Amino acid sequence: MTVKYTEDHEWVSVEGDTATVGITSYAAEQLGDVVFVELPDVGASFEKGDDMAVVESVKAASDVYAPVSGDVIEANTKLSDAPETVNEAPDSEGWFAKIKLSNPSELDSLMDDAAYKAFCADL
Amino acid sequence: MSMNSQGRPSAPVAAGSQRDTETVSGSKGLYQFEPLIFETDRWGKTGVDFPKAKGNKSRLGGVERAGKAELPGLSEPETVRHYMRLSQRNYAIDLGLFPLGSCTMKHNPRLNEKMARLPGFADIHPMQPQASVQGALELIDELATWLKTLTGMPAVAMSPKAGAHGELCGMLAIRQALISRGEADTRKRVLVPASAHGTNPATAAQCGFIVDEISADTRGRVDIDDLRSKLEKTDDIAGIMLTNPNTCGLFETDIKDIADLIHEAGGYFYCDGANFNAIVGRVRPGDLGIDAMHINLHKTFSTPHGGGGPGSGPTVLSEALAPFAPVPFILKGEDGFRLVEEAEEEAKESFGRMASFHGQMGMFVRALSYMLSHGADGLKQVAEDAVLNANYIQAKLKTVMTPAFDGFCMHEALFSDKFTAEGIETIDIAKALIDEGYHPMTMYFPLVVHGAMLIEPTETESKAELDRFCGALESVARRAAQGDDTLKGAPYLAPMKRLDETQAARKPVLKWAPPAPEQLAAE
Repeated sequence: MTVKYTEDHEWVSVEGDTATVGITSYAAEQLGDVVFVELPDVGASFEKGDDMAVVESVKAASDVYAPVSGDVIEANTKLSDAPETVNEAPDSEGWFAKIKLSNPSELDSLMDDAAYKAFCADL
Repeated sequence: MSMNSQGRPSAPVAAGSQRDTETVSGSKGLYQFEPLIFETDRWGKTGVDFPKAKGNKSRLGGVERAGKAELPGLSEPETVRHYMRLSQRNYAIDLGLFPLGSCTMKHNPRLNEKMARLPGFADIHPMQPQASVQGALELIDELATWLKTLTGMPAVAMSPKAGAHGELCGMLAIRQALISRGEADTRKRVLVPASAHGTNPATAAQCGFIVDEISADTRGRVDIDDLRSKLEKTDDIAGIMLTNPNTCGLFETDIKDIADLIHEAGGYFYCDGANFNAIVGRVRPGDLGIDAMHINLHKTFSTPHGGGGPGSGPTVLSEALAPFAPVPFILKGEDGFRLVEEAEEEAKESFGRMASFHGQMGMFVRALSYMLSHGADGLKQVAEDAVLNANYIQAKLKTVMTPAFDGFCMHEALFSDKFTAEGIETIDIAKALIDEGYHPMTMYFPLVVHGAMLIEPTETESKAELDRFCGALESVARRAAQGDDTLKGAPYLAPMKRLDETQAARKPVLKWAPPAPEQLAAE
């Protein structure tokens, strides 16, 4: 299982042709307490970089971009009732959606763990 | 020697032991505790004594209320006290400096109020025959002339009711212009800088446009290279929405180039006029190539807002957009002034109507009163003093706090949270400012600055008041820099302590529910 990161602070964890997508702990911390999450519909298809979800905190509302292209096969509906999960466990239980990859080669353009850490350190 | 025979001490005696500040009543001295009106003990009682109605037949056709209205019954003195006590918890421009950035909370001159209460303006009705309200129509026309002169624009729509409504007016005019060019279906893209007021992209989206964000450069201005790259493809450009000075409190120095680029691309230039106070009398937006701009009378022209409103957002339009202005508008003819009400004949290209009547009459009277009492030279000084005051604050605080950008600001000073110690955030500083007796500044806006604190003093504050405010903020900022943890609990002295904004947003209680009947019976 590989985990990759975008410059917009989404993570994507890949198993076979399925990618689980969420926002990083850096993003969750910057947002502050999340109060609302708008999830994509199952079956919706996205190109890399499309607005995929919305996350709203007491400070701001932000779009979450699709880090890879594909179709949504599952959305984490738990977040609708418990948006705090995004703050509590952004890297695991706070995932947003599972996407069936339509172009796995896109993963190559994303950052690995070390590169993302360095990227955040520069911000 | 004269004796004090009343036994009343003539000087404070040395304080005894510190008393707990909790009181039986919940009040703090003359700062009285006040429950919600529904939480008073007046349930099932009545404050007024009407004789029972006799012999009246209901004509409501069986839809009348079956049970009691379930409202508390307060007498007149109880009602008056309830609202007076609540009003004492209010913070208002009449109580102190209101440093909210991008808001222009300036003094509301009492002369304006006196003029607005003249019966010839206050006691008229919008459906009166126009022949009987010629003076009111003339006032609207004169205010329109002032607004057109100050902005250097040929037309103004007076009916928008507030800033965002004015934005809607401007963008609908742009859409109508595109419809008349036959390009409404292809020109869909509206460029909006990252630092924009949230209402800008919201308005564009509301009008059916697609919002495309332009990034800011390191100087806090529009990144002109990014703008150029967004204009490589031009056949889908509807326009740009830009605030000047922008929400970072900075003048968009490339604004002429931006206007030229947008016009070359076939789009229109909407300017958000929320910050017009910084340039009124000094810069005419028409000279900058702007096609539409709303003017917040409740900011720049001192009519009340922040709960005291209503707002008023007249929108000036360029030659290109003027034909599409909404109805009604005023025309002067041989028989005096008249309102053009329908989108036909002389208004055949109008995009239509966006308000029932001609606009906020009471605010028009106040705004014109403000203009006439200041004069052209006075309005120019308004802008100069507003900018001077903001720079005074920036200069006073720049060694303690971190200015977001280098150089002079316009009418508002913007700081980032860089100076705070780990764990102390902008919100803690804002809350501590409440304990110091000030309304907090705008926080976490604009979004392009981390932990932003945006302070707009306006021209109406004296140097003494600015010094007091800076003294209070400086002491809080020093505590923030030192990592003083007590800031996390502020405010300590407000009627309500730190509220749980997260819970309030996650689980809002939007409806008051009456107590259970058995609880009422027990009381």
